Amino acid sequence: MVSITVNGTEYPLDVTEDMPLLWAIRDVIGLTGTKFGCGIAQCGACTVHVDGKPVRSCLYPVGALGDKKVTTIEAIGRSEAGARVQAAWLDKEVVQCGYCQSGQIMSATALLQRNPAPTDADIDQAMAGNICRCGTYVRIRAAIHAAAGTERQG
Amino acid sequence: MNALVARRAVLQAGAAAAGGLLLSLRLPGLARAAPGPASAAASGSASVSGAGFAPNAFIRIDRQGLVTLVMPNAEFGQGIWTSACMLIAEELEVGLDQVTPVAAPPDGASYTDPELGEQATGGSASIRGDWKRLRQAGATGRTMLVQAAANRWGVDPAGCTAARAVVTHGATGRTLGYGALADEAALLPVPKDVPLKPQSAFTLIGTSPRRLDTPAKVNGTAIFGIDVTMPGMGVGTVAACPVKGGRLRAFDEKAARAIKGVRDVVALDDVIAVIGDHMWAAKQGLQAANAQWDEGPNASIGMAQVIAGLDAASKTDGVVAKSHGDATAALDQAAKKLDVVYQLPFLSHAPMEPINTTIHVRPDGADLWVGTQVPVRAQATVAQETGLPIDKVSVHCQVIGGAFGRRLDVDSITQAARIARHVAYPVKLIWTREEDIQHDLYRPYYYDRITAGLDADGRIAAWSHRVTGSSVMARWAPPGMEMDGKLDPDAVEGAVETPYVFGAQKTEYVRHEPDTVTTAWWRGVGPTHNVFVVESVIDELAGLAGKDPVAFRRGLLAPDDKRARAVLDLVVEKSGWGAALPSGEGRGVALQVAFGTHMATVAHVAVGKQGEIRVKRVTVALDCGPVVNPDTIESQVQGGIIFGLTMALYSEITIENGRVLQSNFHDYRMLRINEAPMVDVHIVHNPDGSVGGIGETGTVAAAPALANAIFAATGRRLRRIPFATGQMSEA
Amino acid sequence: MRRALLSLLAILAGGAKLHAAEQTPLEHGEYLTRAADCAACHSAPGHAAWTGGRAFALPFGTLYSANITPDRETGIGAYTDDEWVEMLHHGIGRGGRHLYPAMPYNSYTLMSRDDALAIKRYLFSLPPVKAPPPPNRMNFPFDQRWLMVGWNLINNPDRRFRPAQDKSAEWNRGAYLVDALGHCGQCHTPRTLTQGLSERQFAGAKQAGWVAYNLTSDKDHGLGGWSDAALVQYLHEGQAPGHGPASGPMAEAVQNSLRYLSDADLHAIVAYLRDVPARADGAASVPATPVAGAGGDDALGARLFAEACAGCHLTDGSGRQSAWAALGGDHSAGDPAGTNLVQVLLHGSELQTTQGLMFMHGFTGAYTHQELAALSNYVIRHFSGRAGTVTAADFAPVGK
Ligand code: FES
Ligand code: FES
Repeated sequence: MVSITVNGTEYPLDVTEDMPLLWAIRDVIGLTGTKFGCGIAQCGACTVHVDGKPVRSCLYPVGALGDKKVTTIEAIGRSEAGARVQAAWLDKEVVQCGYCQSGQIMSATALLQRNPAPTDADIDQAMAGNICRCGTYVRIRAAIHAAAGTERQG
Repeated sequence: MNALVARRAVLQAGAAAAGGLLLSLRLPGLARAAPGPASAAASGSASVSGAGFAPNAFIRIDRQGLVTLVMPNAEFGQGIWTSACMLIAEELEVGLDQVTPVAAPPDGASYTDPELGEQATGGSASIRGDWKRLRQAGATGRTMLVQAAANRWGVDPAGCTAARAVVTHGATGRTLGYGALADEAALLPVPKDVPLKPQSAFTLIGTSPRRLDTPAKVNGTAIFGIDVTMPGMGVGTVAACPVKGGRLRAFDEKAARAIKGVRDVVALDDVIAVIGDHMWAAKQGLQAANAQWDEGPNASIGMAQVIAGLDAASKTDGVVAKSHGDATAALDQAAKKLDVVYQLPFLSHAPMEPINTTIHVRPDGADLWVGTQVPVRAQATVAQETGLPIDKVSVHCQVIGGAFGRRLDVDSITQAARIARHVAYPVKLIWTREEDIQHDLYRPYYYDRITAGLDADGRIAAWSHRVTGSSVMARWAPPGMEMDGKLDPDAVEGAVETPYVFGAQKTEYVRHEPDTVTTAWWRGVGPTHNVFVVESVIDELAGLAGKDPVAFRRGLLAPDDKRARAVLDLVVEKSGWGAALPSGEGRGVALQVAFGTHMATVAHVAVGKQGEIRVKRVTVALDCGPVVNPDTIESQVQGGIIFGLTMALYSEITIENGRVLQSNFHDYRMLRINEAPMVDVHIVHNPDGSVGGIGETGTVAAAPALANAIFAATGRRLRRIPFATGQMSEA
Repeated sequence: MRRALLSLLAILAGGAKLHAAEQTPLEHGEYLTRAADCAACHSAPGHAAWTGGRAFALPFGTLYSANITPDRETGIGAYTDDEWVEMLHHGIGRGGRHLYPAMPYNSYTLMSRDDALAIKRYLFSLPPVKAPPPPNRMNFPFDQRWLMVGWNLINNPDRRFRPAQDKSAEWNRGAYLVDALGHCGQCHTPRTLTQGLSERQFAGAKQAGWVAYNLTSDKDHGLGGWSDAALVQYLHEGQAPGHGPASGPMAEAVQNSLRYLSDADLHAIVAYLRDVPARADGAASVPATPVAGAGGDDALGARLFAEACAGCHLTDGSGRQSAWAALGGDHSAGDPAGTNLVQVLLHGSELQTTQGLMFMHGFTGAYTHQELAALSNYVIRHFSGRAGTVTAADFAPVGK
């Protein structure tokens, strides 16, 4: 039995402690916004926040959580930065298939929470761990700048 | 000219269906086609119901005025649902905010793509197929609703207008909503050949409204196929034999069942599945099962053999796809000659959403929840594997996390049906990324020989191109083959017709199948392969002629080819073509006519001291005729360029000992944001041109523009994809 | 998991107090089998547990480890107690066949007869598995087993462990664990020309392509800069803050052996290692945080690190979500030759931990040797401030 807190709700789970958080969130709790892409920390589709830090849930055992709080894409809009990022994502029409975008938004929000005015280089650094097969990178960059209010004119 | 169009023609001629699957041979009529009970049940989308007003297969309006639009094409990122809704809404006179798109059920009679001859999504065909039929559908519906209102009021319909789902009688200002008119409109005869709006009257088409599917995709509520959850469902994962044609020899069922949460182990002759309460149990169970394989006859095959086989085949005569003039004689007399081989590797699709199928097989029927580009084939394969009648198989089409041609095949659905027969509950089968990459159906390895010659004036006098590779068409849609089944029109698409005029041309195809992989459609199909070869060789010849690549191309265009000239001129202007660059940097151009769209692309690259390639900017000018949604065009081309750059730089599936060596993103590398160039897209205004497709054009353009830019920067001509995994450091 | 870890430690610590006396003989044998890390060599991927078959590519040929299940034909089932002890102490197997010294009998010779037999008892309690290992492939003249007689004369000390009277019981326990059971010197002590262990005890050595680092008490090159707590944690978990994770063969040693040792035994090991005379051999240790402004023309390496590595390790090396992903202070980043870095990039690394499997894939195939070299040199400069000398050739398969 492991008890974890996701988006403010505590869930007692009848699973082994080595179960990756990803599968606990998706298959046991039933929040499917967090995606499985690679399972080896290469793609970032499974990114969630643990105590505000972006982590790869595909390789994060539920047993390692302790009292730490998990936030997923379903609740990131409750944070000020998360809401801004989501709005910018719609504004810039970033999304194509959308499958990677939960992870992209979680990484981008974490970036803005610790660096409110990121440069292109900061964005590359923070977002290089998130793959988008549809190739929405150009717009991801634009949307992060928009959310941060650091858009260049013209 | 276009392989997919050619295929349609053949299918319409009534040729036999592919692989025992049912291909619809009927075009969708605009006659009242309220879905029959079978397809209504099959849709699984509660909102598609026969009640209310259904003037055709695409529009449902209920008494409350709820407008549901049935989408003939699958949405996997192209934005096609938004564009298709725009086409209907423009003529139906409803707001985009008033419509709900739903996936069409498998119903070839109603939803066959006019370009593809099957209910399928691919070949950048959607808008080309929908441009007329969806506007017509909308206009027909509106005409009937207006007529119903006019009847109610006893006035001339000509005095009525419609806007935002309300009919207004101009003279009296009376109004009636579409919901209130639904029942009466449903009783009216369906008019034929309703006139369409002139483009000048468009209020929606040509604008960039917000996409309809994105809000759910940024807040985590969108349900993709992999997110489907059914009561009592098990989650399973599979391992198929790593070598094609091998058989399961042994496995440890006890160890698998000992894992907490494992429910069942299903072992078939070529695949083993472990099903549990969740994916973690399934994954661990599969690992514990420790499957052992008899690998069969392919276990010794490696790339050396594959390439040697292609090389040998490429030295034999092929079937002639196009010939004019005497290319051999012209080559003999040429002032300057080129004789080169180009190679393109096997490619995996690697859509971001790994392959998955949710399926429930019962004695009296089956439900299938899946993202597919071919719903009719999906339904047929489940019926075939389960022995159920086709109308007992319900297909619930899901939102798709990337397809790129992968979901034009139903191998994973076939496999899921075989597995699901052995359990009583619904099961979601998810392939791990490793399984996804190692059991993909791959883009063929192409081995192209080109010989060409310039005359004394530096014009191309002789052009001889022989394509050697496996045929996807022969497997996927045999009736699509031409010349007695010998020519795969897709394999030479983009090679037979080029934007250029050659003195003499001969284009041939040699079919050569590799033993150990199955080949399949891949984003950009024929043109992704051939435009790379043709545009690279054109660049080589420009160098041989001592001419600027753009000027050389201009000189080869037919005098009346305005569209090609216009995109070339625009890209020259926007990219700063010809302006000086620091050493180690270069620009490369590529010109293409693919999927009915004219496009010119300039890539600007910098190559570092260690041979590292950095793409700084890509500039595109295109003419796709009338524009439905300019922002979607830009987005698709940007994404397509990135997709194509990933391929050109890194992508390669290789085989040793019969098995695929790559397995995940650490060795099947993807372009990442820190490598992504700026991509500028410029659209040539040409509303009267024929309609072109967009989804694959960027992917086609990336490799040739990049190869030509690398040559400009370094003087190195790269004739083999991928460019960045070793070639630049080879001596 | 933290809770689980603490309770695990509590059990182990408790167990240590009771130690041998309160373990059943079989448990005692299992503990010693772990401490001697028999699994490292005799359990190989793709082979049933304890059936050997692991290949050892040595300078003089390829050896395969033996099946040590009690199968009479292919395993050790026919060994008598005396034969068993003879084998462990002298490297002479049943029927007088000399073992190759990949089997560390020049360490096991220090083992007590009681402990040797306790191990045998445990192994004989395992289910017998019929599994002949592949035949060894040795180059001449090393395929002549009788040559081992000469090797043994030079290199096998052939003596049992004798406690040093002037040292504490803890020190002596540590010495026995390190030298007799754990055979740490087999990797960490440089070898002589005849492949015996040299006098430069624990000064660090290169083994099978990996550097086993300096374990002496030298402050800059050895373990002198480590706290006791960090050392115990590293041995127990395979990582310690400011020192990076264990990888390659050390990760295996932690996974198969060290993490099972009691707290008391781990402290005993530390007490003994603290006493190893300092030698300033090998690469100097690495600061715990990246070296600011290390400079250098590493654009390619920096870009690759951001793409392929920072997703887990983070740019500052602090490690995303897992202590095992933290690279700060990792000795491997301070070795200008990048020996272990190259190995990890080529082959990846994995370690079963209390928090699940920590693993890294190899990054070959889609990456060029130039890219991997640039990446390695970036890592070295970024984390240690030193100039790496890794070249593309380091990633080329031997002989190509
Ligand atoms: S699924 Fe976790 S990083 Fe890809
Ligand atoms: S939007 Fe499709 S993978 Fe990113």
